Amino acid sequence: MSEHTEHTGGEGDALIIRDVRILGAEPTDLRVENGLIAEIGPQPPGGRSVDGGGAVALPGLVDLHTHLREPGREDAETVQTGTQSAARGGYTAVHAMANTSPVADTAGVVEQVWRLGLEFGHCDVQPVGAVTVGLEGRQLAELGAMADSAARVRVFSDDGRCVDDAVLMRRALEYVKAFDGVVAQHAQEPRLTEGAQMNEGVVSGRLGLTGWPAVAEEAIIARDCLLAAHVGSRLHICHVSTAGSVEIIRWAKSKGWNITAEVTPHHLLLTDDLVEHSPAGAYNPIYKVNPPLRTRADVEAVRAALADGTIDIVATDHAPHPVEDKETEWSAAAMGMVGLETALSVVQEAMVDTGLLDWAGVAQRMSVVPARIGRLAGHGRPIEPGAPANLTLYDPAARTLVDPAAFASKSRNTPYEGMTLPGRVVATFLRGKPTVLEGKLT
Amino acid sequence: MNRHLISAGDLSRDDALLILDTAEELARVSERSIKKLPTLRGRTVVNLFFEDSTRTRISFEAAAKRLSADVINFSAKGSSVSKGESLKDTALTLEAMGADAVVIRHSASGAPHRLANWVHGSVVNAGDGTHEHPTQALLDAFSMRRRLGGLDGRRVTVVGDVLHSRVARSNVLLLHTLGAQVTLVAPPTLLPVSVDTWPCEVSYDLDAVLPKSDVVMMLRVQKERMNAAFFPSEREYSRRYGLDRDRFARMPDDAIVMHPGPMNRGMEIAAEVADSARSTIVEQVANGVTIRMAVLYLLLGGEIAQ
Repeated sequence: MSEHTEHTGGEGDALIIRDVRILGAEPTDLRVENGLIAEIGPQPPGGRSVDGGGAVALPGLVDLHTHLREPGREDAETVQTGTQSAARGGYTAVHAMANTSPVADTAGVVEQVWRLGLEFGHCDVQPVGAVTVGLEGRQLAELGAMADSAARVRVFSDDGRCVDDAVLMRRALEYVKAFDGVVAQHAQEPRLTEGAQMNEGVVSGRLGLTGWPAVAEEAIIARDCLLAAHVGSRLHICHVSTAGSVEIIRWAKSKGWNITAEVTPHHLLLTDDLVEHSPAGAYNPIYKVNPPLRTRADVEAVRAALADGTIDIVATDHAPHPVEDKETEWSAAAMGMVGLETALSVVQEAMVDTGLLDWAGVAQRMSVVPARIGRLAGHGRPIEPGAPANLTLYDPAARTLVDPAAFASKSRNTPYEGMTLPGRVVATFLRGKPTVLEGKLT
Repeated sequence: MNRHLISAGDLSRDDALLILDTAEELARVSERSIKKLPTLRGRTVVNLFFEDSTRTRISFEAAAKRLSADVINFSAKGSSVSKGESLKDTALTLEAMGADAVVIRHSASGAPHRLANWVHGSVVNAGDGTHEHPTQALLDAFSMRRRLGGLDGRRVTVVGDVLHSRVARSNVLLLHTLGAQVTLVAPPTLLPVSVDTWPCEVSYDLDAVLPKSDVVMMLRVQKERMNAAFFPSEREYSRRYGLDRDRFARMPDDAIVMHPGPMNRGMEIAAEVADSARSTIVEQVANGVTIRMAVLYLLLGGEIAQ
């Protein structure tokens, strides 16, 4: 597939995207004009065009949980490289988490990140604001100032840390109602996870690594669901990883409470026994992540929950780290995995190829609903005339050997190195402008 | 045998018996007036100790020297490690020096596994965090075998902080491999949640288990556990799980008492029990040198000159 320019006149900046299967349907063509989808249906030859080669067309993916690391850890990732990585993964918008240095807890920092996103233009960058000053869990950050800033923050999170003080969490949930915000909670009871290294279970017991028990996640989720119901607020739960969490969320949703939840690609595919047995050797911190990889039963539960809507969305928790922070003994290593460039392939492997989701379901969970939770008006719209031309073209028949050296991300900490995953992002369009063509950044 | 000795679980029954039998042979040599063998002449053994453990380091050092290996002691204190050098860079340094074996003690579970990725020589785990201490389990098995004959069907009770004990993990694996029946006794707070998947029995009641034990192995209670709500007080721990004179009296007459050291006398073990004739605690230290000689000898492929 490549971009052909044949000036046949009279088309302005129109772009024809030929031979794509919208949400996996029969092949058709799209005409894009002024950044919008102008028409769907067979297009006459000629004009500036891109051949989709029968790829599946999805609305541009939206990540609700990305660590871009700038400002502060530009050695791991920058807004530029992180958004290049996002575009390569088929994303047209990412929510940049607040645990930078300085923390994104003021209007100044969120505006800085937002402007950097605009400047590079690989995808839209929507900053997330910290819930508490310095992520310290003591005093609310100026949430209103961040909401009113040019960055128009709507998602607030201390991600990386849990807002564990129940009163502070209640106040945050209540306060953000004034500007239709949502608190995205990193559910981790801190006392139950002091020094925690991996999922507490059979493997942690054998390996002598301090356990991170499922209950430490589930107890906070249960409490926060009750708090959100009590004050009538919107709650979003980050990176759900356990079967017990799924049951609690299912129960809370059955009450009609306004709760949404995400799961990461790695929690849909990988299990804690990789810490003991993997091609990368035992105790390889490439598998160290927070919340930790869980058991096969947990993986089955979060897949089923994503399929039935108990878990609303997939969010990457893209967490870049430099090599030296992973080439260490386990307990000294940083927690986290990069995920933007492999997310769609992992979701295909875990959800589509297993028959749990079709492409319309993937579009809901990786574009439409995350955009709705984040209140991103220009993203996650159905592929129809009049909608912004934010599009991802994806070839599910391709097979890709994961090669970290080929990533656009500055970091290489992927747990999928050497694995062959299904599918390949062939093109990404942000408001009609290609950011990726033939799998390469434009 | 594997190139490394990192987990007792890596040893087959044949491997374990080979090490114990080799140790027996070496023990006979140690009874000679000249204890030194030329076996590992020209080979270099590095003792890489990131954690203070004079006893274990000296034991490995004596073992390597009796086999005529060159020994380099690399302690983290005062070295480049304390200035922030990574384990990987330390490993590459040792590699450049041509270490044939690296004996590593580290506070992080799994550090020897990581080290094995970066060096070509054999890696011997001398204790990693709360994971394993395989040469301790081997010397314990060696001590038991010398006192009791064989290990098949023997009932070994391990008492104490199993959750944080590398000695317990290695002993459960090795003793199971050697056919002994292991029972772990501890307050529930000091057992891993998944201990029911281990190849052993578990009890919270020391008094019920003692009369059925051929070996009682007491584990050290670390000071930091005492302040972290794993049990209410030292005295309560000692009352419920300490091996005092009364409990010692209820053990079978030929049962032995073990402790990997260092002991908290009066806490997990009464002084008179530790010093009794049925205690192997001093033998364990002597056997430590012998078993480590056997391990280095087998890993480095030396030959015993008769």
